[in-house]
Amino acid sequence: MNLLSYNAQWVLLSTLLLGMAAGAVGVLSYWKRQSLMSDTLSHAALPGVVIGFMIVGSKQLPIMLLAAAISALVGAWLVQTIRGSSRVKEDAAMGIVLSVFFGLGIMLLTFANRMPGGGQSGLDHFIFGQAAAMVQSDVVTMMLVAGIVLLIVVLLLKEWKITLFDASYAQGLGFSVKMMNSLYTALLVLVVVVGIQAVGVILLAALMIIPAVSARYWSNSFSIMLLLSVCFGGGSGVLGTLISTWGKGWPTGPFIVVTAAVLFVVSLLFGTSKGLVTVWYYRRRQTIEKQKHALKAVIASELGEGAHQ
Amino acid sequence: MSAVITVNDMNAAYRKSEVLSNVNFDVNAGTLTAIVGPNGAGKSTLIKSMLDLHPRSSGEVAFWGQRYQAVKKRIGYVPQRGSVDWDFPTDALDVVMMGLYGSIGWLKRPGKGHREQAMEALRSMGMELYANRQISQLSGGQQQRVFLARALVQDADIYFLDEPLAGVDAATEHIIMNTLQQLRDRGRTVIVVHHDLQTVEDYYDHVLLLNRTVIAHGATGDVFTTDQLVKTYGGALRWLREKV
Repeated sequence: MNLLSYNAQWVLLSTLLLGMAAGAVGVLSYWKRQSLMSDTLSHAALPGVVIGFMIVGSKQLPIMLLAAAISALVGAWLVQTIRGSSRVKEDAAMGIVLSVFFGLGIMLLTFANRMPGGGQSGLDHFIFGQAAAMVQSDVVTMMLVAGIVLLIVVLLLKEWKITLFDASYAQGLGFSVKMMNSLYTALLVLVVVVGIQAVGVILLAALMIIPAVSARYWSNSFSIMLLLSVCFGGGSGVLGTLISTWGKGWPTGPFIVVTAAVLFVVSLLFGTSKGLVTVWYYRRRQTIEKQKHALKAVIASELGEGAHQ
Repeated sequence: MSAVITVNDMNAAYRKSEVLSNVNFDVNAGTLTAIVGPNGAGKSTLIKSMLDLHPRSSGEVAFWGQRYQAVKKRIGYVPQRGSVDWDFPTDALDVVMMGLYGSIGWLKRPGKGHREQAMEALRSMGMELYANRQISQLSGGQQQRVFLARALVQDADIYFLDEPLAGVDAATEHIIMNTLQQLRDRGRTVIVVHHDLQTVEDYYDHVLLLNRTVIAHGATGDVFTTDQLVKTYGGALRWLREKV
């Protein structure tokens, strides 16, 4: 793929927006303590993609994405139902839904690949992501959805903040926590729909989890954490895509995720809020200051005693 | 005086085990009431089920004769300090401003006026110097004061507080109780889950003794008696009184 080609620019723009949207929604997941939910929903989208393909019989992206969204929503509903109506805890419920839906998706994929036209349809790309396989109309759809996701997160900034920090208090003030929860699930599903083609179902969750965690190391304010997470996500999207263009047929998803992970390691070490090196540096400076004070006190008292004698 | 809160035959359960049964009481305007009872008596559940934060299995709760949903903007709630994650990235002033989010409304951003209002509430709690401090770096007492300031900016007519004095320093306890008494003197109605039997008589004009149901409710002098306390606490009280 030529970097400056018309198509390459579209692809870059789309992974940029995808990374930004995933980064934004990731911050919501982080404070909901539901990071695994994004992983569950992206895996749960796979059967939908394949069923969508099987119904139409050819690669019609809008239908496949719609089916993916429905399938992810069914996954989300199942997690809630399993948790609510049995003794199974949420993490176990997510684990069950994630693996069963993925297994089902792979099973269906084997059938679909044997269908006429199935083998060349590029369905496998939905597992690890292949941004280069996208055509302009796909990219326009993705950009539109990613833009909507970003807009909803930013417009409702204060509503997210209060429901994430103190849900029962928000409820008392008249904010519908139920509605915010449904909206949150809808945003997750939208990011999944936008991302499965470029990043793939397996690694998509990383793009929602890692930028948010990285951003936590740099900021002491919710809105700045959100902004940073959006930047880290967008940056990983663009850089990962660029790197993946060096080799022919290199999958985009893994490169995006590894880029995000590198940003995470940098944040973990040097982040201004909680970075390990930063914390170590301040502690060390404090100790040195204390030692200096102690030394000065000793010298002063020695001198004082000397003067008295 | 007239009743502003009426609780009628209320029942509430967690999963299938009943926590509160046949709860009946009225609260008059301009009173400061302590809810007192042993651990597991259902004190927090009582407040939560009155505010629709916990489902009632039966019974009615009315504020000024209306359902909670119709008047919830006039009711302030201070949850237990431990109910939120204090590691959330925000500062004291920002948390206090959350009390104004309801009146600001959907989609709109808080402005300069809201900021000043929040600052004023922090000042009344003696917290103005900590306005820009990360909430994770505040002490327990300071966090509790921030919570109360957040409720104050709401300018509600009825306040519910869940253990506001749990784990706070003496200075904070003094400021909080002063504030609550001032609210009462201005005609507001305040209901507090309280855990320290020794201070009930000094702080509150009304007491509600609770153990799965209302044991007694009324003016502190009438209700806060050894007889009633034995009924509420059972055997545990003897130990408590001996300690005192």
